[in-house]
Amino acid sequence: MSFMQINDLKVHYPVRGGFFNTVIDRVLAVDGITMEFERGKAYGLVGESGCGKSTTGKALIGLEKITSGSIIYEGENVTNARRSRKSSFNRDVQMIFQDAHSSLNPRKRVKDIIAEPIRNFLSLSPKEEERKISELLEIVGMPEDAKLKYPHEFSGGQKQRLGIARAIATNPKLIIADEPVSALDLSVQAQVLNFMKDIQNEFGLSYLFISHDLGVVKHMCDHISIMYKGRFVETGTKEDIYTNPQHIYTKRLLSAIPEVSPLGREDRKRERIRVEQHYQAEHKNYYDENERVFDLVPVSNTHAVAATSSVKEVI
Amino acid sequence: MQFVRFKLIKFNTITGRRVNLSKELLKINNLHTGFRIKDTFYDAVDGVSLTVNKNEILAIVGESGCGKSTLATSIIGLYDQNKTRVQGEIIFDGKNLASLSEEGLNEIRGFQISMIFQDPLSALNPLMRIGEQIEEGLSYHTSLNKMEREKRVLELLKQVGIHNPERVARQFPHQLSGGMRQRVIIAIAIACKPQIIIADEPTTALDVTIQAQILDLLIDLQAETEAGIILITHDLGVVAEVADRVAVMYAGQIIEEASVEELFTNPKHPYTRSLFNSIPQMNAQSDRLNVIEGIVPSLMNLPRSGCRFSSRIPWIPGEAHEENPALHEISPGHFVRCTCWKEFQFKTDKGGGTHELYANK
Repeated sequence: MSFMQINDLKVHYPVRGGFFNTVIDRVLAVDGITMEFERGKAYGLVGESGCGKSTTGKALIGLEKITSGSIIYEGENVTNARRSRKSSFNRDVQMIFQDAHSSLNPRKRVKDIIAEPIRNFLSLSPKEEERKISELLEIVGMPEDAKLKYPHEFSGGQKQRLGIARAIATNPKLIIADEPVSALDLSVQAQVLNFMKDIQNEFGLSYLFISHDLGVVKHMCDHISIMYKGRFVETGTKEDIYTNPQHIYTKRLLSAIPEVSPLGREDRKRERIRVEQHYQAEHKNYYDENERVFDLVPVSNTHAVAATSSVKEVI
Repeated sequence: MQFVRFKLIKFNTITGRRVNLSKELLKINNLHTGFRIKDTFYDAVDGVSLTVNKNEILAIVGESGCGKSTLATSIIGLYDQNKTRVQGEIIFDGKNLASLSEEGLNEIRGFQISMIFQDPLSALNPLMRIGEQIEEGLSYHTSLNKMEREKRVLELLKQVGIHNPERVARQFPHQLSGGMRQRVIIAIAIACKPQIIIADEPTTALDVTIQAQILDLLIDLQAETEAGIILITHDLGVVAEVADRVAVMYAGQIIEEASVEELFTNPKHPYTRSLFNSIPQMNAQSDRLNVIEGIVPSLMNLPRSGCRFSSRIPWIPGEAHEENPALHEISPGHFVRCTCWKEFQFKTDKGGGTHELYANK
């Protein structure tokens, strides 16, 4: 049973101009997406830069004004609502940012950074708070003396782990992770990913994992949605997407991922070029005249693909 | 300060350039590049020897801070002269680039050796039109006149897969997308048909689809021009797709060097093997990724003797390491530093738990 639903979410930015600075156009950053979140599952959001995946994440947590659509959290409509500080939505949905360094206040000690959500949402005595912080630091594998240090004293991977510690401080149900490892080295990335899996198993967390790295998404997520120009192109379980891609955009994306083996790279290159040509040739069948992706049509219980123009006419 | 830039008139134009007959283009001998921190020089590149052959893509792989970009900037002298010390030999075309003056390097940079940068936006001048930026190198290094240069610019833009070269040549960098900008950077790099192209993370800032296109373009161009390419990257997927030969760097040293097939099918050094195990693989189903304990030591704290990787594999006994680790040729063309690879096994192999959560304690 899902605990959170998003229905036809839209985020449009007005483009102002002209003599009276009126709205002359709109940027359709997110244009009608529908999702459901179940407990303990990880959802991946994949797409090229500029496809609206980060905007989706920000809109969910309330950092971006939603133009239309609704977010239902445990039966309660929380769209653009003026939520009280003690609202359970604010406490239960947390975010991990891409750039760990700029998401930590450089003038605060680690203790105060992690204490912030605790002070906002949980009423603990100073002693309990102290203990909670030590506990969190231990969960993310940082030494006790990190408490009194400042963010600049840590390496990139350590900073990202502090960001995670802050996100899990209030025992959230959903964590929105916006490219949490794209700035990290391979082995540090492995460390953070392993760790995110561990706490998922331990606390039954759900993730919305926003990334452009399909390898990472495949490793982490049960359910993957591919995004293009603010709309879903294809959505389904990991197996649906990787073994049975239906949309040409998904196929093109999958063919472009470099494989970690030099064997057969000539074939892969030929395949890539073939898929690219197919994409160019078939392009007009899969998008309407404004490059908008058609609505999703279910293929199976878990798998849905954007329609083609021929299917569209039949409907 | 000269008010008029000294223009070099070359006898050898683009078309009639002296052809280097030997296969070896660039030979680096025991290169040390050190940076000054409080009056002491610390070597970021510590005794690297490499050769780059004609018509070959040599990939240099490593984590950030292992010295791979420093190696690239040492080759073409793009370092701060006051704070950097370069020792050793970089032999190119009979000259030692490490001891060449700025003027001497200017003659080579962009003409015989050129570079593709990671961030295309900061590598392009925001105030110059694309056409002019590509022309710059041509007017400096060749004796083509204005008309010929413009013709060559359009030809280059076409070559790198830009469909509307006339319009793009008149545009400014901010009007282009990231992939287009990177294509322009490549056009600038290949303008004078260089013998060596150094590509420093050429696709890191790009999306996967664009990355695939740029890599295919690089391979095609290389096949055409028979240039030697030094590809610096941390993405092993990219290496597997394009490289011919791979050198893995760790803490300023090359720790393994082999052909791409050999390295990917038969990696030996513990560091290389650990790296492979920490990639979230597309088709591997294992749940946990391997983590290398500890961190790359900073420049000042780098141990200068013994095996530099030993601190990150503490469960391997000290006797397994060499006193002064050297590169050993274990099979033709496959070099591995130190002897610890013979004893190495992953911690989980022995049944011990991975303690990566506390790795940085």
